[in-house]
Amino acid sequence: MSAHHESFAGGAGPGPSAVPPFSPSSGGAHVRPVHDAFHGDLLEVSMGPHHPSTHGVFRMMVTLDGETIVKLKPVFGYLHRNHEKLGENTTYLASMPYTDRLDYLCSMTNNWAYALAVEKLAGQPVPERAEYLRVILAELTRLLNHTCLAGFLLQDTGASGTPLMYAFREREKILDLFESLSGSRMMCNYQRFGGCRVDAPTEWLDRARQLVDGYNEFLDEFEALITGNEILMARTQGVGALKPELAVSAGITGPMLRATGVDYDIRKVDGYGIYPRFSFRVPLGAHGDTYDRYMIRVLEMRESIKILQQAFREIPAGPVMDAKAKIRGFKPKPGEAYGRIEGPKGEIGFYLISDGTTNPYRYRIRPPSFINLTVLEDMCLGQSIADAVVILGSIDIVLGEVDR
Amino acid sequence: MLSLAQIRDLAIARFPGAEVTIVANPGAAAQHSLLLGASHARAIAEWLRDDAAHRLDFCSNVTGVDWPEREIVEIVRTPVPDPAGGPGKIIEQKTTRIQPGYLEAVYHLYSMSRKDGPVVIRLRTAGRTDDVTLPSLTPVWRSCEFQEREVFDLFGIRFDGHPDLRRILMWDEFTGHPMRKDYVEPDDYEWEPTPHDEVLKKARAHYPPAPAAPEKTGGPK
Repeated sequence: MSAHHESFAGGAGPGPSAVPPFSPSSGGAHVRPVHDAFHGDLLEVSMGPHHPSTHGVFRMMVTLDGETIVKLKPVFGYLHRNHEKLGENTTYLASMPYTDRLDYLCSMTNNWAYALAVEKLAGQPVPERAEYLRVILAELTRLLNHTCLAGFLLQDTGASGTPLMYAFREREKILDLFESLSGSRMMCNYQRFGGCRVDAPTEWLDRARQLVDGYNEFLDEFEALITGNEILMARTQGVGALKPELAVSAGITGPMLRATGVDYDIRKVDGYGIYPRFSFRVPLGAHGDTYDRYMIRVLEMRESIKILQQAFREIPAGPVMDAKAKIRGFKPKPGEAYGRIEGPKGEIGFYLISDGTTNPYRYRIRPPSFINLTVLEDMCLGQSIADAVVILGSIDIVLGEVDR
Repeated sequence: MLSLAQIRDLAIARFPGAEVTIVANPGAAAQHSLLLGASHARAIAEWLRDDAAHRLDFCSNVTGVDWPEREIVEIVRTPVPDPAGGPGKIIEQKTTRIQPGYLEAVYHLYSMSRKDGPVVIRLRTAGRTDDVTLPSLTPVWRSCEFQEREVFDLFGIRFDGHPDLRRILMWDEFTGHPMRKDYVEPDDYEWEPTPHDEVLKKARAHYPPAPAAPEKTGGPK
């Protein structure tokens, strides 16, 4: 924080704390001196933490040359509550509701990632119907997350209100489904180690099927309004382009990675759960720019609908909880496990070390949106300040997960 | 995908003097890991990334683990035959030894081009003091940049060669490393000292006193 303030001080004295001078990690960026009589001064802007376009309490220290970004440093931690320490101080099961609060748009996939890691740690099988329910809920979560993202992205480009409300109308329908199944719209706390908490009644599956069958229609309507829109194209095409080599090296995952053309979807690569049974395609982008990131999400939603329709056709009857699964007094044998799934935002993983007691010895979350922010500066350099808002919107961050 | 033992043998053959050992994972997941010595860690990491046999181009997860000093009790049972020809006795010998504490950095590597993994590598520090270092792997995988900063922030491992090693989640002025097992929480995180003594001195240095106002002479009484 103080490193950025030093340039404001202009040699008037030491800043509030002695932080060593900082060199840009991306290497290539040449930043001219802040005070330059010939070219004019650079301007340092602190965007956030209370800025409507930063999607939460996220802050960017942006250095501007006119309107062009020459340096950008994200500042984290405003929502930090040391979730990992909380996880080490409670039982395995008691961490499940906390995972809802990570990426609070996608509690179902967070639950699944955690349940998967614990199941790996304990060697716990999952009954077939529960696997189907997990896929259904995960794909519904993907639908609602990508719908929200498209709405927020348009809000960030300045299409104030209307597209976001269209998106939220659809999201609310999915949240209604979640509420009637789990009792809560957003904090679902639904998965358990070895299955799901409650079974989904037939009527619920019918309602969900109806919603999914009508979703393509909504997407058609949304796309007719947005995808070919000239203003959206002008604001997003060629903006914030990301090279595939950098994306791989920086650990970018999810739609943001696939927008650069790298074919890596954990549903296909790991084939966790029962994903190998479904036929779906992995959409890939070509340019890695903001428009591609938007388009990939729209295409992924159409693939999710295909997965959902197959799952509704094939879901078997049966128990949703493994009969031998232990809920109370759950103590996995000593060892460690890393479990990961393809969340809507990217690879969400949990790394757990057990020492044979009721609490995990180490509980680590691999947060996709935190790691996806690694390349924020690389994507923003040379762009205008207004584009930084759009680029950030296309990364799709949720601060509950970034700061943990 | 080569097995961990094969990777270890190749690494030892390629980097003479490198310490590479397999850490077994007794759990159900059986994700065993490679423990690398700090001296050759960067070179081995680059080799793991670039060699066509692995191509581990994607470093997914970086994290720290704290292993405090602990006492290990070992019981050695030695059968002693009875010289008189009766049934032998078993003598139990209890030895305790102190295993020194250390911090660990764990990296989960995958290959995006070969679509396999994970290979788990671990690095261990020499101790648990506030000044322990490990080589940074950020020059090898850019994804370590923020995650190593997080490990530095929460566990207190300094990564040599990291381009921008600052606290990331806690604020810059924070002292201590909250994810260490022996971390004691303050009673109140948001306590701020009242402005006197040292704080006041700092404030004075920061805001020089305003020039004294001209004294008023006379005026209404």
